[in-house]
Amino acid sequence: MRKVPNNRAWWLVLPVFILVAFSALIPLMTVVNYSVQDIFGPNSAYFVGTDWFREVLRNDALQASLGRQVIFSSAVLLIEIPLGIGIALMMPTGGRRASLCLILLAIPLLIPWNVVGTIWQIFGRGDIGLFGWAVNAMGVNYNYTANTLDAWLTVLLMDVWHWTPLVALLCYSGLRAIPEAFYQAAEIDRASRWAVFRYIQLPRLKNVLVIAVLLRFMDSFMIYTEPFVLTGGGPGSSTTFLSQTLTTMAVGQFDIGRAAAFSLVYFLIVLLVSWLFFTAITYPDRDK
Amino acid sequence: MKSHHRRKGFGISLYIVLLMLPIYWLLNMSFKTNQEILSSLTFWPQNFTLHNYQVIFTDPSWYSGYINSTIYVSINVVITLLVALPAAYAFSRYKFVGDKHLFFWLLSNRMAPPAVFLLPFFQLYSSIGLFDTHIAVALAHCLFNVPLAVWILEGFISGVPREYDEMAYIDGYSFPRFFIKIFIPMIRSGIGVTAFFAFMFSWVELLLARTLTSVDAQPISAIMTRTVGASGIDWGVLAAAGVLTIIPGLLVVWFVRNHVATGFALGRV
Repeated sequence: MRKVPNNRAWWLVLPVFILVAFSALIPLMTVVNYSVQDIFGPNSAYFVGTDWFREVLRNDALQASLGRQVIFSSAVLLIEIPLGIGIALMMPTGGRRASLCLILLAIPLLIPWNVVGTIWQIFGRGDIGLFGWAVNAMGVNYNYTANTLDAWLTVLLMDVWHWTPLVALLCYSGLRAIPEAFYQAAEIDRASRWAVFRYIQLPRLKNVLVIAVLLRFMDSFMIYTEPFVLTGGGPGSSTTFLSQTLTTMAVGQFDIGRAAAFSLVYFLIVLLVSWLFFTAITYPDRDK
Repeated sequence: MKSHHRRKGFGISLYIVLLMLPIYWLLNMSFKTNQEILSSLTFWPQNFTLHNYQVIFTDPSWYSGYINSTIYVSINVVITLLVALPAAYAFSRYKFVGDKHLFFWLLSNRMAPPAVFLLPFFQLYSSIGLFDTHIAVALAHCLFNVPLAVWILEGFISGVPREYDEMAYIDGYSFPRFFIKIFIPMIRSGIGVTAFFAFMFSWVELLLARTLTSVDAQPISAIMTRTVGASGIDWGVLAAAGVLTIIPGLLVVWFVRNHVATGFALGRV
């Protein structure tokens, strides 16, 4: 769309600017301030420069949780995006059955994150949970509280269960927006199902997919509550992700300077990767 | 073609059944006694009881959590829509100094891990006397809801041709009157979808909500975790509380369901 130059439009964005600046800039400046100091108490702190940053970048525990985080987020995107598209393609196109599908699909999204963790905590137990019981009944020795791999797969499965509906809902609304004429043209051309998907549906889903990929990346990279409730980060530290390491550092050990430096590094990583996704997916648009 | 449809129907039904299994388990547990839950695995309650729900509805320390959550989520949705609508309009229609940078900066706040902001938030809201108030949580949740709302609404608004705006000016509408009388009804699906997202992310968030409250504005999700520590875990009550957290969301989805389906049709899709 052609846009009109108009600097008075700033008045329209001013409320957003003030609101977000209040809830983001002030705390962010506090974090920056902390990150260059060693803090002992309310009135005793001294300037340490970039020491915390150097230490954080070399810290083994942080590198390990960063590694876990990258694997987890990649797995989440690789599973949830294609699965979500597939489900959206299978959903009924209208009427009461479509409404019912939408409502059922939305249920996992509406459950507070700690409740999601609690549900899976019980659901996965071999003695009193349906999932744990069923897997054990199939002859697999499954115990997510003791076995690292089981814990990992349970956290991943929980995330797929929880968030694939979001991708599906977004893609479904994207698919509904494709005019019938496109499909009729494809039928006249005797296009295969794959061709219809590849050349009509997928390109038209692009914008909702940008939202889906970015949201899923950001949220999975910040995941905290669900694995914390489910496994407590264990067994060992096998399901301890970045947010949890950070929260333990800041609130648990009250290691504010280091936690602040870590926060900034963390924030920059999320920002950089999101920016890369954003530019990579929207880049072809810029040429037009 | 017919067998293809049947296969699709089977696929989606199977998925929904799998999706509902954990929910069924939660519902199943909420009607059991604690003893039955912990002793063995049963597919439906052997001693059906409503006791767990009764505990929640009769104890103010439980049900006030639902009221608190509802209050701050509602405030958040209202603030989010009020500030995001004009901003999204500006981003969609006008070029102005720093527009692109501002847009990306806004989005970058959606990417800020809440864990980063826990401590500064606590200090900020304590220092201005807003600690343990609904408005504090509502404002804190704006950090991630407002950017997302601007982003989604901008897509919807860009789908409405400029000619409508111009026609309204020619007809002598002032900007506020045009915006409220003509424009908002045109993008109501977008508003529905945005309200759904704002509701959802505010309703399910725990970390910030718990950090910024202690008693008066404590959300239900935090009350649930607090009860766990007290006297062992009362799984039955916990399950009942979990079931009850789903219901407000279901009401919201019921109202916006048609908008979600046709939702992004107006957007840049």
